[in-house]
Amino acid sequence: MHPAYSVIFFTVSSGAGLGLLAFMGLGPFAVEDASTAFLLTAFGLGFAMAVGGLLSSTFHLGRPERAWRAMSQWRSSWLSREGVCAIATLIVAAIFAGLWLFFGLSSAFLGMVTTIFAMGTVWATGMIYLQIKAVDLWHRWLTPVCYLLFSLAGGMTLFIFIHALFTGKAGPELSSMAMVMLLIAWAVKMFWWMGANRAPTSTTESATGLGYLGKVRLLEKPHTGSNYLLRELGFQIGRKHAQKLRMIAVVLGAVVPILLILLAIPAPMDVLWLGLAVVSHLAGMLVERWLFFAEARHAVMNYY
Amino acid sequence: MTQLPETTERKLGLVIDLDTCVGCHACVISCKEWNTGGYGAPLADTDAYGSDPSGTFLNRVHTFEVKPENQPAMVTHFPKSCLHCEDAPCVTVCPTGASFKRSEDGIVLVHEDYCIGCGLCAWACPYGAREMDAVERVMKKCTLCVDRIYNENIPEDDRVPSCVRTCPAGARHFGDIGDPDSDVSKLVAERGGFDLMPEQGTKPVNKYLPPRPKQQSMGGEDEPVNLAALAEPTASGGFLGWLDGALDRLG
Repeated sequence: MHPAYSVIFFTVSSGAGLGLLAFMGLGPFAVEDASTAFLLTAFGLGFAMAVGGLLSSTFHLGRPERAWRAMSQWRSSWLSREGVCAIATLIVAAIFAGLWLFFGLSSAFLGMVTTIFAMGTVWATGMIYLQIKAVDLWHRWLTPVCYLLFSLAGGMTLFIFIHALFTGKAGPELSSMAMVMLLIAWAVKMFWWMGANRAPTSTTESATGLGYLGKVRLLEKPHTGSNYLLRELGFQIGRKHAQKLRMIAVVLGAVVPILLILLAIPAPMDVLWLGLAVVSHLAGMLVERWLFFAEARHAVMNYY
Repeated sequence: MTQLPETTERKLGLVIDLDTCVGCHACVISCKEWNTGGYGAPLADTDAYGSDPSGTFLNRVHTFEVKPENQPAMVTHFPKSCLHCEDAPCVTVCPTGASFKRSEDGIVLVHEDYCIGCGLCAWACPYGAREMDAVERVMKKCTLCVDRIYNENIPEDDRVPSCVRTCPAGARHFGDIGDPDSDVSKLVAERGGFDLMPEQGTKPVNKYLPPRPKQQSMGGEDEPVNLAALAEPTASGGFLGWLDGALDRLG
């Protein structure tokens, strides 16, 4: 599958931003006497990343001016549900953040709704890929689970960074929570990768129905040049490079951030280390998301 | 509305005979010709006369080779267009309601004015039946020539999909596959028509007829026929026959 940069940036940025908003939703239970600067930064960054990602996702549309229509088919389409959920999250989170920031009211109820809606949006993103049966790699329950866990891990990493920025310390409890989430998310992702080598659901034999005669191979392509199908669905990265990139993703996304968070617990330069942990994690996520598309094989390639 | 209808009154579709198709691509061209001026936006070509030509087509002909055991390799031409699936995954993923399946005849269509060009339906289709138009930036697909089959302004003979009308080999058949007494249904039953990728669970309406089994040999027991000898010009009887024999005898 073709890795579109707008979609990669969207899922990484919105994923982490919505994760951060989800943790801010739990704020009324965890954060005591939050300073205005802390709230402004945390909500500001959460909104900027979530909205920035959503805007970026419209760049891959052929007709972005009609994007509003995507809200209408929530009864059948996960893409539509994602859109509805994202808008609902932003509205509820805006009310929740506004009340907290300007009136000092941290509503536990609105916070919970923000958390649930934010995670619902990320879950819907994962479900878009799960429902594509023509792509074996995506059509698994672990796909939306990975999206959700990465969003939580990214959100938590961002949260402890901002927390340390304004309170001077991330604290061992929050730091260990972030490390555990990073560990779980990447462990599940590695499990997801392990299932990537299963035999394909469809083959050239089943695609042509000629398998009863013997081994089928393409003799002549239907067109001499390229076409939309080959550009959009035909992109696939070689196994050799995929292995190396998986390593890079795990090192940047998990190993380096966890070491930096550990380093930040006793160190005086904790904010710097935590900031670097955020940057490294997001870089690892960009590689992971690029691979998510580049490794996926579409059933239509059985005809080519 | 991107929810699929429970059932459709008819199941209009194509039956494609892989035994008869000669791979001439006439259906590809006639499809392009009709549909670039018919339903919806034209089918664009980009860089048509340059070094990297590319275009939108609703029907394409692939050519496959199969090697059965103890037999020479067989070549099969394989036309492929939208199969108008009963459980069309392309329809349910559409976020805008642009993609829909008609309850009256089962045709899967795109309402192009609603299409945002997100491409998700093309991802969902395992057959590659949908192509995004590079100029209009909306999704294009086979309409089963919905603007021909009900069109009372054209002669009755022409009220079939353009690809069916044009096929010089008679390899393409159009009809109601949901009606067991229709010609196409009888053809499917008689020839053992099959679905493409049944494991994808899409329940395609279009069916494909398998190539007929090849005869092992045309001559005696294991003796291949000498086709070159058959092609030699001969004359029998009459003056030319006598002359032919006489010249042969001369050496």
